[in-house]
Amino acid sequence: MLLEVRGLDVRYGRTHAVRSVDLDLAEGEIVTVLGANGAGKTSLLRALQGAVRAADGSIRFAGEDLTHASPADRVRRGMMLVPEGRQIFVSMTVHENLMMGAYLRSDGDWMRDLKEVYDRFPNLAERRDMKASVLSGGEQQMLAIGRALVSRPRLIMLDEPSLGLSPLFVNNLFELIRELNRGGISILLVEQNTAMALETASRGYVLELGRVVLADTAEALAGDPALAAAYLGGHAAAPAAIQTL
Amino acid sequence: MSGYWTGILTILSINVIMAYAIFLPVATGQLNLGGAGFQALGAYTAAFLSAVAGQSAWATIPAAMAVGGVVSMAIAFPLLRTRGVYLVLATFAFAEVVAGAILNTSELGGAMGLSVPEYLDYPVPIIAAILVTLFVFYLMATRFGLTMRACHDDDVVTDLLGVSIRGVRVAAFAIGGALAGLAGALYAHTFSFVEIQSFNASLSIYVLLYVLLGGTQSALGPLFGAAFFTLLPEVLRAVLPQVKGALAGLFGIQGALSPPDESWRFVILGVLTVLMMMYRSEGLITRTLIERLKPGRHPASATVEEASA
Repeated sequence: MLLEVRGLDVRYGRTHAVRSVDLDLAEGEIVTVLGANGAGKTSLLRALQGAVRAADGSIRFAGEDLTHASPADRVRRGMMLVPEGRQIFVSMTVHENLMMGAYLRSDGDWMRDLKEVYDRFPNLAERRDMKASVLSGGEQQMLAIGRALVSRPRLIMLDEPSLGLSPLFVNNLFELIRELNRGGISILLVEQNTAMALETASRGYVLELGRVVLADTAEALAGDPALAAAYLGGHAAAPAAIQTL
Repeated sequence: MSGYWTGILTILSINVIMAYAIFLPVATGQLNLGGAGFQALGAYTAAFLSAVAGQSAWATIPAAMAVGGVVSMAIAFPLLRTRGVYLVLATFAFAEVVAGAILNTSELGGAMGLSVPEYLDYPVPIIAAILVTLFVFYLMATRFGLTMRACHDDDVVTDLLGVSIRGVRVAAFAIGGALAGLAGALYAHTFSFVEIQSFNASLSIYVLLYVLLGGTQSALGPLFGAAFFTLLPEVLRAVLPQVKGALAGLFGIQGALSPPDESWRFVILGVLTVLMMMYRSEGLITRTLIERLKPGRHPASATVEEASA
């Protein structure tokens, strides 16, 4: 397993955001984490990257125990979180944003990775010296993902990347996720767009109030009408399936 | 050059160095309203070493920078736990503590102040200000400078990218403290006298204004802000009588006007400050402005070749 999470607990004061979550992700896999707002998805990702401390449980990545490692150590070992809401550095240019992704790269090869990002996203290359704040929503998401790629990650964790994007762009985004995965990057995908997420991922977890209530293959989850109605607001289910409940 | 102009250039140089001292923490997203306290540390270190220990300026100036840097690094760890308005208050309180401590230390002259035997003429602060300006421009162009701006923009994401935000902020705060120490030492040696009343709250406020109104996005901002606010009162001093006379003439008023010119300068300065806050809240010098002023630059078409080069 590339990522092995056991009994992970996250607390903010008296709020218990993530409760005893077990999660596995094999190298080369796309795994999705689904759930309603407030289910603990973002807290889970933030704990995995080390931005919040795990109150209990363990996180192993590539065979190493990283439960108490700093975010920097996790980035160095190949974990990279693309946070929710396209958080780019607004006062910086596109190029400067991408350079920040290489912050921990001490090898000289990051220039090549940067060039690969420009090859992959020609729009970003064209806007290289423009302020990142003038990019469109979709371009900002590409920039956030590009910035993650410059760190040369083994695992990218995406927090609701399709949020607020146009339907056309959402298709491009999921195509990009599959493409990155074919290139050898493992993906942990937190999404509200459950239909697309289950189409893209091989397995999925459903969180409710911080707990994993369902864990199955993506196909099984997609075909589960109870799941669709109860936890996911019906996005994944055909209307007929809801009527049968 | 007349004594008037050399005096102004000296003040301007010290103000520029102070502006950069405060700019560095501000560039990482930390407002520092304790500028006067850090400057006082440097000024009294230099004054004490010069007056009591008989050291030359070659020793007092580095010592003042070291004291400024070490003290600010030491207090940065607890201080930078606070944020926003609380950090502003904490830095302000620190400056008051420094002032109180100096006022009650008889070895430092207490309320009487200290005379500084060694005098440095105006070229020294000017050269120092130029060197500091070049240093800050260089620093902001390095990867460390980029990281400072990242901390300012979004500390959550910066942390996720593996940057030690604390380390960056403490470093910026400490370098700023050392620069304030330098400004203080230059003050001591060029004015030949230090008294704690010169390092008061309004100095801290003015220096922060230089930075905030000059612009925090680029190293040009503080330079411009310090120059603007140091020179504007002098310009107003020169033109105010005529302006006032002309205005009074419009309303048919003859003879002497009250209040005197001196207070009118500050009224105009205050009005300009408020206007700048309203219309240029990111400071006078922004990155967008710099970009626009660059000759022959068309960002949209500039760069596919550059990227692949």
